[in-house]
Amino acid sequence: MSAAPQDAAPLLKVEGLRQHYGGRGLFGRGDVVRAVEDVSFEIRRGETLGLVGESGSGKSTLGRALLRATVPTAGRITFGGEDITAWTAGRLRALRPRMQMIFQDPFSSLNPRMTVGGIVAAPLVIQRQGLDRAARRARVIEALATVGLPERAADRYPHEFSGGQRQRIGIARALVMAPDFLVADEPVSALDVSIQAQVVNLLMEVRRRLSLTMLFISHDLAVVGHVCDRVAVMYLGRIVEIADTRSLFSGPRHPYTEALFAAVPIPDPTLRRPRVLLDGDLPSPLAPPSGCAFRGRCRHALPACAAAVPPLRAVGPGHFAACIRDDIALAAPVAA
Amino acid sequence: MAGPVLEVRGLSVGFADGRRTVPAVHEVAFTLHPGETLALVGESGSGKSVTSLALMRLLPPAPRTRVTGAALLRGRDGTVHDLLALPDAAVRALRGDRIAMIFQEPMTSLNPVHRIGDQIAESVRFHRGLDRHAALKRAEGLIERVGIPDAARRLRAYPHELSGGMRQRVMIAMALACDPAVLIADEPTTALDVTVQSQILALLKGLQRETGMGLVFITHNLGVVAEIADRVMVMYAGRIVESGGVVPVMTAPRMPYTAGLIASVPRLDLKGGEMVSIPGTVPDPRAPPPGCAFAPRCPHRRPTPCDEAVPPLEAAGAGHDVRCRRWAEIAAAAAPRPALEARA
Amino acid sequence: MTDAPLAPPRRLAALLSRRPAAGRARSGALHRFLRHRLAVAGLAAIALMLLACWLGPLLIPYDQLFIDIRHRFAGPFAGPHVFGTDQLGRDLLVRLLMAGRISLTIGFAAMALSTAVGTAIGLVAGYRGGLVGAALMRCVDAVLCFPSVFLLLALAAFIRPNVVTITLIIAATGWMEVARVVQGQIRTLKARDFTLAAELMGASGFYVMTNELLRNAVGPIIVAATLTVARAILAEAYVSFLGYGIQAPVASWGNMLNNAQQYLGSAPWLAIFPGLMITVAVASFNFVGDGLRDALDARVEL
Ligand SMILES: Nc1ncnc2c1ncn2[C@@H]1O[C@H](COP(=O)(O)OP(=O)(O)OP(=O)(O)O)[C@@H](O)[C@H]1O
Ligand SMILES: Nc1ncnc2c1ncn2[C@@H]1O[C@H](COP(=O)(O)OP(=O)(O)O)[C@@H](O)[C@H]1O
Ligand code: SF4
Ligand code: SF4
Ligand SMILES: [Mg+2]
Ligand SMILES: [Mg+2]
Repeated sequence: MSAAPQDAAPLLKVEGLRQHYGGRGLFGRGDVVRAVEDVSFEIRRGETLGLVGESGSGKSTLGRALLRATVPTAGRITFGGEDITAWTAGRLRALRPRMQMIFQDPFSSLNPRMTVGGIVAAPLVIQRQGLDRAARRARVIEALATVGLPERAADRYPHEFSGGQRQRIGIARALVMAPDFLVADEPVSALDVSIQAQVVNLLMEVRRRLSLTMLFISHDLAVVGHVCDRVAVMYLGRIVEIADTRSLFSGPRHPYTEALFAAVPIPDPTLRRPRVLLDGDLPSPLAPPSGCAFRGRCRHALPACAAAVPPLRAVGPGHFAACIRDDIALAAPVAA
Repeated sequence: MAGPVLEVRGLSVGFADGRRTVPAVHEVAFTLHPGETLALVGESGSGKSVTSLALMRLLPPAPRTRVTGAALLRGRDGTVHDLLALPDAAVRALRGDRIAMIFQEPMTSLNPVHRIGDQIAESVRFHRGLDRHAALKRAEGLIERVGIPDAARRLRAYPHELSGGMRQRVMIAMALACDPAVLIADEPTTALDVTVQSQILALLKGLQRETGMGLVFITHNLGVVAEIADRVMVMYAGRIVESGGVVPVMTAPRMPYTAGLIASVPRLDLKGGEMVSIPGTVPDPRAPPPGCAFAPRCPHRRPTPCDEAVPPLEAAGAGHDVRCRRWAEIAAAAAPRPALEARA
Repeated sequence: MTDAPLAPPRRLAALLSRRPAAGRARSGALHRFLRHRLAVAGLAAIALMLLACWLGPLLIPYDQLFIDIRHRFAGPFAGPHVFGTDQLGRDLLVRLLMAGRISLTIGFAAMALSTAVGTAIGLVAGYRGGLVGAALMRCVDAVLCFPSVFLLLALAAFIRPNVVTITLIIAATGWMEVARVVQGQIRTLKARDFTLAAELMGASGFYVMTNELLRNAVGPIIVAATLTVARAILAEAYVSFLGYGIQAPVASWGNMLNNAQQYLGSAPWLAIFPGLMITVAVASFNFVGDGLRDALDARVEL
């Protein structure tokens, strides 16, 4: 974990962010997917915030909205002290070098018809850095070296690389502009376990060397625990718990977080524990249940849970959870 | 238990590449008993899928692939069929009926334009000769059995209307349509998130208890192996490099590769520091290393004996085999190995 | 499934893509093309035709307009006129080859034009999507619905026919197929993360379309372009046959056929040879198109 100073100013601040899909438009007619719903948080300079949740909970949508790849439906995004919520593409262009993204799918995120050198140089070309060929090449080779790829990789095509190497190429592309802020959207989910660690270690190393601020998206809390200073847990478009990593791991306060912990497989066959299994699927974001969206799958649900969406409330220092129940003891993976 | 339901002997697969044959799987052998779960573990490209596709006879035909060895499947009436020697028609009759398979990405094996009920029913009708109505009835029962609520309505859904986990359940329902004796599951949870993964693992275990089928579970995650397997077979560069009961293999791995795979599973312990990884990547099957295939990545490698010849599979304990020249030395040096950290 | 917005986002089709893809994609394409017998034959026929049309007339001692009054209606494969002569005694072979120059020129020029227009429209429609894309594709559909023969004839009736105008007219009725192919291709490519990656680097729409997307659509565009040549040659023959195209005395396969009508009984070779040329040319381009489709098919081989 990187030690981010507690009092550092936030690099990124999100207030009441909503991102809806559909509605109006050609096929909409009222069918609105509320992919992100009323999300607020901050990421301090140098900090890594983890974002966990099941598939479809809105993690990628949130990550893309932060980078203003989309136009938020409502809310405010402040980056480096400036409100970028309504910036035009032209204005954002100057900001792009400072915020970059790493993608989940190592196959669709690299243009198959471009050489690796061309892919990594693209940001320099697009941003018209006024570099000549040789200078660009030098920057590309430097970026490739940072991610542990040899110079000759620059002249080859993506399909000649394995999944883990492709993720390195994606990281090199994100780093070539020396960004401040990185959204890593499930950068290791598509990789073999043995390769995941290589890529995670690489990310942690470049984060330290370049003092990056990062949003690290994953569905695997074990990886998140390794990488992140703080963790936000997302369920059906909302953040249901957010806390320092240690605080979350030693005392989760939302039943969904507990279920996510229980789902992580432990490589010890002598320890076949009875597990809190999460039944069923994420409800449809088209028609979320009333009240707490988790109540259909929550083993602690009460009738009162259906009344209203539970707000995030402080349950400890820097620890917030959106559950109405205080009286339940949830299993934690590490001792307090 | 009666004898094994599936016995594989000396299975080798090579792919034609121009004039030469690139070996993908070498001399794989194992037995599977009814009710048993055998995990086949290894990194991407180690030959797990090729092994299972060869057993299912789903590889491209002869000039493009060369398959040798035997795969003896016990039929419903107790007769033994060699899956690798039978004519195509006979294999088709067994496939889906006695031996079935599910894949990593369910979307690629479901037909997007047909309702899932019809797809399941189709399989039942082919093998059991039921009429459409009876087949649909059975499909409904199967969908219920794999834990999809509201089965009658879901029968009419198209694959894209289901979540990834649901689709995998449908695949399982299809595979179970005829109560196969052997189910091969090729990374069925790799594309799913951890919560859905644990649901699918629990489902497979439950179904196995009910039906007594033998399960070959393919994965690259030893965390998953610990949850589900009775026995483990670790594969590297097309060869079995370690095999044995799940407890001995995972608590006292003898092959450095297995140890690396176990160590690289991310844990919830907040230990911090670097995550343990296996450096490098699997070798190119076109240009394998001369000796032990794992040597370029192995922390215990010594030019002699490691680079001399491919190590043989040696017994390292009761039913515990390992393919490493130095396993005894390494085990002796590491002698009192601390037990795996239990969760707090 | 790509158009099911509510389907949960699929985690990559890793099963397909895990496979270290064939390292030699290019030579693989060549290899696949060469395996396609008809396509290779088509390519050879086209090469032969090009060579014959541009070099042949230089070697034949007659001009296409030279009237050999003593050898009117000379039959083929006898006497000095290898393919015989027409009602005025003009050498049929040299006329066929000169006509071939025109037909092939129109074919290639119309292909270039309609491919350029179709690609541009398909690119914008596919990338922009939404209202702009829908509007553009409705235009494509509208033009496509209009029977192109009528369009062709209607335009030809108003415009003085020569090689340039005929080319323009044929191109005007032939770009829609390309536009459709490109639009479909671009739409799937746009859903890939590398497009978003480029946008997040600050790339303009123009950059993304030309530098990232277009190069991935080259295969289908080449295939569509090849088929467009075949279509254009046929269209030229058609228009000229009906008398709206290339005007006598300049020869084109279409007006030669038209001219042959009156002598079908007495001099059938006048119809057979131009007909054969059209058939061979159109079939060859179609075969090559099919071969290229198989060869360039970007789908990952399992
Ligand atoms: N372009 C879109 N149009 C309509 N709905 C969308 C679109 N993109 C995402 N959604 C929907 O928004 C919700 C959140 O999707 P998102 O991709 O952000 O989830 P995620 O948490 O990143 O999931 P995963 O782990 O699968 O990547 C889902 O219900 C999804 O179907
Ligand atoms: N159809 C094929 N043609 C040629 N080589 C193949 C084919 N299928 C798989 N291979 C090769 O066989 C080896 C094992 O692949 P596979 O069984 O898919 O690995 P795993 O399932 O362990 O990830 C790899 O080197 C792969 O490239
Ligand atoms: S609010 Fe109720 S339903 Fe929601 S998590 Fe808490 S106990 Fe469960
Ligand atoms: S044989 Fe040598 S190189 Fe191979 S695993 Fe054993 S110690 Fe390592
Ligand atoms: Mg996502
Ligand atoms: Mg596989």
